[in-house]
Amino acid sequence: MPNTVINPTRMELTRLKGRLRTARRGHKLLKDKRDELMRQFLDVVRENKALRTRVEKGLERANQSFTVAAALMSQPAMEEALLYPKQTVELEMDFQNIMSVDVPRYTFQTSSPEAGDLYPYGYAATSGELDAAVEALGEVFRDMLALAQMEKTAQLLAEEIEKTRRRVNGLEYKIIPECEEGIRYISMKLDENERSATVRLMKVKDMILQQAQEERRAKGL
Amino acid sequence: MSKYSIAVIGDQASVMGFKALGLDVHVAEDTEDARKALHDLAHGDAAVIYITERFARDMAQDIARYKDCVTPAVILIPGKEGSLGIGMRNLENSVMRAVGADIL
Repeated sequence: MPNTVINPTRMELTRLKGRLRTARRGHKLLKDKRDELMRQFLDVVRENKALRTRVEKGLERANQSFTVAAALMSQPAMEEALLYPKQTVELEMDFQNIMSVDVPRYTFQTSSPEAGDLYPYGYAATSGELDAAVEALGEVFRDMLALAQMEKTAQLLAEEIEKTRRRVNGLEYKIIPECEEGIRYISMKLDENERSATVRLMKVKDMILQQAQEERRAKGL
Repeated sequence: MSKYSIAVIGDQASVMGFKALGLDVHVAEDTEDARKALHDLAHGDAAVIYITERFARDMAQDIARYKDCVTPAVILIPGKEGSLGIGMRNLENSVMRAVGADIL
């Protein structure tokens, strides 16, 4: 560990070992989480892409009809025809939990006086193209709502995956190696201390023995 | 479960039809209008905001602000000039962000 100073003590060693165990476990769990999130994300994104293509096509068709209708009717007349909608849309939202990410789920309810009666205008003053345009829009709307749900889900999952990936990498390349190095450093240092203690004892024993011999020799003489 | 509204922001010709469906339509003349409408709606009760790509192109930052929030979902739709491919590109960006590579 280059920057931080660790105390080479047994207590520190135990602490670091505990930390390493936790980090390893966390790393494994987060990695599993990332993999599962990724799997779900790819499903969502594929569906999202298909939906978007469909919605864009549908809207294009609706817009074409509108353009034709606008050519056949005057602008004020058309605006007037669409001014007061007959049906209202209410959106309900609840949440679905995907791997602890709350993603929204939309359900919508339309309230119109009669089923299938979408057109907020009388047929006398408007062209048939406008009916077709509104109908096309009504058809594509269901897909549009599904698209909103998918797209939001994809965005939220992408954020969570990014976060999880950073955590996994942080643990894998930073925390775990640091712990391992710290543990190696401490155990080396402790071993070294132990060896030096043994050597010192041997040395002291030698010195005591030498002293004793010299004393005996002095008495003998 | 609570009630939310669905809003559409765009130019007159692109969003006119949504009014007939009973959506909350906001006609914007320029990007500044659209930006204001977006922020107002986001702080209101709109859960889904559709915005035409032509406006979205110039206000990417404003839209990015709501990307990581649960509400509102800001969804790009093609306007009357057809798809500009921005919505699709955003989708690819989110894949890039999650996976780190474009795999679609």
